[in-house]
Amino acid sequence: MKSYDVISTRANRIDTPDKATGKAVFVDDITLPGMLYGALLQSPHTHAKILSIDTSEAEKLPGVKAVITAKEAGQVKYGVSPARYDETVFAVDKVRYVGDEIAAVAATRLDIALEAVSRIKVEYDLLPAVFTVEDAVKDGAPQLHDEFKGNLCAEVHQEFGNVAEGLENSDIVITTEMKSKRQDGAFIEMQGCIAEYDNRGVLTLTSSTQVPHYVQRTVAMVLGMDVGKVRVKKPYVGAGFGIKAAANPMELACCILAKKTRKPVKMNFTREQVFMYGRARHKFHHTITTGAKKDGTLMALKHECWLDGGAYTSFGIATVYYTGSLLGGPYKLANMSYDGYRVYNNKPACGAQRGHGAVIARACFEQQLDMIAEKIGMDPLELRIKNMMETGDTTCNDLNMSSFGMAECIEAVRNGSGWDKKKGHMPPGKGIGVACGFFVSGAGYPIYRSDTYHGTVIVKLTEDGGTALVYTASAEIGQGSDTAFAMIAAEALGIPLENVRLASGDTDMGVDLGAYSSRQTLMTGHATKEAAENVKRQVLEVMSEQLNVPVDKMDIRNGFIEFDGDTPDFSALRTRYIKEHRGWTDNPDSEKLTFKEASRIAFLERGSIVGTGKYKPHSLGGKFKGAAVGTSPAYGCSAQVAEVTVDMETGQITIDKITDAHDCGKAINMTSVEGQMEGSISMGIGEAMHEEVIFDNQGRVLNDDLAEYKIVTSMDMPRVKTIVVESDEPNGPFGAKEVGEGAIMPTIPAILNAVYDAAGVRVYELPLTPERVFHAIQEYRERNKASA
Amino acid sequence: MKKLIQMTINDQIYEVAVEPNKTLADLIRYDLGLTGTKKGCDTGDCGACTVILNGDPVNSCLVLAVQADNAVIETIEGLSTDDGLHPLQQAFVEKGAIQCGFCTPGMILSAKNLLDKNPAPTEEEIREGISGNLCRCTGYQKIFEAIESTRS
Repeated sequence: MKSYDVISTRANRIDTPDKATGKAVFVDDITLPGMLYGALLQSPHTHAKILSIDTSEAEKLPGVKAVITAKEAGQVKYGVSPARYDETVFAVDKVRYVGDEIAAVAATRLDIALEAVSRIKVEYDLLPAVFTVEDAVKDGAPQLHDEFKGNLCAEVHQEFGNVAEGLENSDIVITTEMKSKRQDGAFIEMQGCIAEYDNRGVLTLTSSTQVPHYVQRTVAMVLGMDVGKVRVKKPYVGAGFGIKAAANPMELACCILAKKTRKPVKMNFTREQVFMYGRARHKFHHTITTGAKKDGTLMALKHECWLDGGAYTSFGIATVYYTGSLLGGPYKLANMSYDGYRVYNNKPACGAQRGHGAVIARACFEQQLDMIAEKIGMDPLELRIKNMMETGDTTCNDLNMSSFGMAECIEAVRNGSGWDKKKGHMPPGKGIGVACGFFVSGAGYPIYRSDTYHGTVIVKLTEDGGTALVYTASAEIGQGSDTAFAMIAAEALGIPLENVRLASGDTDMGVDLGAYSSRQTLMTGHATKEAAENVKRQVLEVMSEQLNVPVDKMDIRNGFIEFDGDTPDFSALRTRYIKEHRGWTDNPDSEKLTFKEASRIAFLERGSIVGTGKYKPHSLGGKFKGAAVGTSPAYGCSAQVAEVTVDMETGQITIDKITDAHDCGKAINMTSVEGQMEGSISMGIGEAMHEEVIFDNQGRVLNDDLAEYKIVTSMDMPRVKTIVVESDEPNGPFGAKEVGEGAIMPTIPAILNAVYDAAGVRVYELPLTPERVFHAIQEYRERNKASA
Repeated sequence: MKKLIQMTINDQIYEVAVEPNKTLADLIRYDLGLTGTKKGCDTGDCGACTVILNGDPVNSCLVLAVQADNAVIETIEGLSTDDGLHPLQQAFVEKGAIQCGFCTPGMILSAKNLLDKNPAPTEEEIREGISGNLCRCTGYQKIFEAIESTRS
């Protein structure tokens, strides 16, 4: 067992003292000299041709500095995946949802900008609109995009093995449906940004984003600028959960306004606009058929899903693939087919959200595992163990589990929840349920096709010696990545964490694809480790020259140079160091040569000591269409047990307890790993129990605030028992892999299975409102009466 | 027309002329530069803008600045001292109760208000004490632990 000095501890996060004291700077905390305020004009109509736009009255208003429409912004198409660039900054010929951007204003004050927006006159020719998947695919339905006939944004058809044969050879075949609702990210910090354009033609965008790199490329493409002239920075970000993982039209409008006015421009979404813009989890409608043998062996899975996509693609093309591919595990399954359809309609676009594409598919499938277990009289936990993949296994759709502590996770929740004593022994109205899940540790390929490194990191030692500066373009959005990379750098270099300083979230620091698909710990972690090891080697090379000790006979640990065997006489180096620091009071007097001395000497010999690191995954996945989606260098996995109480008279569900075990590889920071598990569970509970973006019959969001869109509060959250299961991931830095999204996978089905255990009812539609559960209980009672 | 008001924030006296429709949150953040107070909704739903006004926590986005004339206000900037972090701030750091940090200032002020009035709250009282402060990152577990670790 390797021993570590920094990682695998509960070190305090490096960013939280500033966050606890109000010193941490988020984008809206920044005010720049001469700054203008921007506002957007958004469509009040769901679907309409734009006949004319008259901005003259807005321009006349004192204080207005610029008014822009598609005329100024151009018609460059952009989006998330180059395969589906279907957006422009502003509507060109028509608007497709309530909220579609039409124009923007920059003015000396926000109230003036808003007044100017209200003075822009737009003539519309209203078009018929569609709001549901069912209506959108009907013959003669209003069409959103000319290029995508039948409102079909994307479709996927895949088969691995032979599903018909697998089902034929099954003893038990179960088909169920599952419907969910649109979600909202409900991060507490609304999107905001500030753009500046300097006299040398450099555009700097400071934004609340998860992906500075992708935003940089999109801004450069849409504004027709050299990437080298566009810098994107993120200050502290009040979370994103996937919704902030792409450039948004406000960022682009802000850049255009700054370029036009040559002044800094700030823009913010209101909470209402956050809902209007959407881009969170799709509404899914799954139909899954699963076949199994009498002994519980899973034989085949047939899966169809319709995704309510909204007006644009956003992440949707990846979503529709993920929805299918992530059912390939964590169970051994030779035969699987998937038909997925993502459909356009006149509502805000859906995109990526924690557990991208896969959460509701899992909610459907994991219930079927329980149904199979019940039919064959097997403990649902045992059924899962029987079919579970192991380290080294590859799914039928070519996802390789290079480490997989799933069996350990199941045992951990069995013991942690007291499953064996509770299952089958709960009083009426109380129930216990289990589910499993897994997720990628970073998408195997970038969103745009490229051989790019997914992450580059620079480590530089301060010239006075002793402090390592880590520069990464990665995005700390609350998950703790800055701390993880500081810890990885400290461990790899062999110095204490307090001697590492880190700066991140700036495209000037290199390439990093950002915070999405749970990629940073593994990918940026690798690059950080390599850069730190590079610096360490340079310091040891200088020591080798100075002390005549081979490099491989030395190491750096805890801030000291360690020698295999006898410590050489380093007094000359120490004298040289001390002479460099005359008058200083903290000169070293330790028996061991310090890293501080060694790195100062290294600077004197070689100049600034700078090391770089980089990472991209090895070639992953199969050759079939869409094979890239779902690939990853490693997979995290988790098992959860939910315990619930169902009020049989009202349908009210109370979640009493959740026990969660997650295999995150080597935990870089234990506390942060638990934090991701607990946060994932709270989001899963919200989606299971009460979250739903509700629209009126005109495509307008009715509950566009955090009072009526109900996320989990401190009153709702059950106590969670988290168990970190560590494995040694060969493809991860120090063996680390993901935790941010895998932990949400089992939450919803574990609750659904517990509800069945408590009340005898299966609910095939989310959220589990008391009304829905009450009706299910009533039906169940009627059925029982009829059969009695 | 602007109105001249006076208030004491974190033991410092401010005299400012404010528009009658300006919220206390906007005054604190944009005019006085105390940006530790966050705005997550502007409609009193999220609690990120919580400050302590004359001894009680309020959503400062729902209070007009003119209503706070002559008030004594405590914001997150008033908690830490030259000696370091307030024990609650320290507990939030040590227990991992902070992820994105956007809800944190309001959350800590609600927790402080709770503990000032009830130094030994039960779990249920802690839950109620911070129920007006939404957190989307942590699932509240480590926030409960941080508050529990500082109760007497």
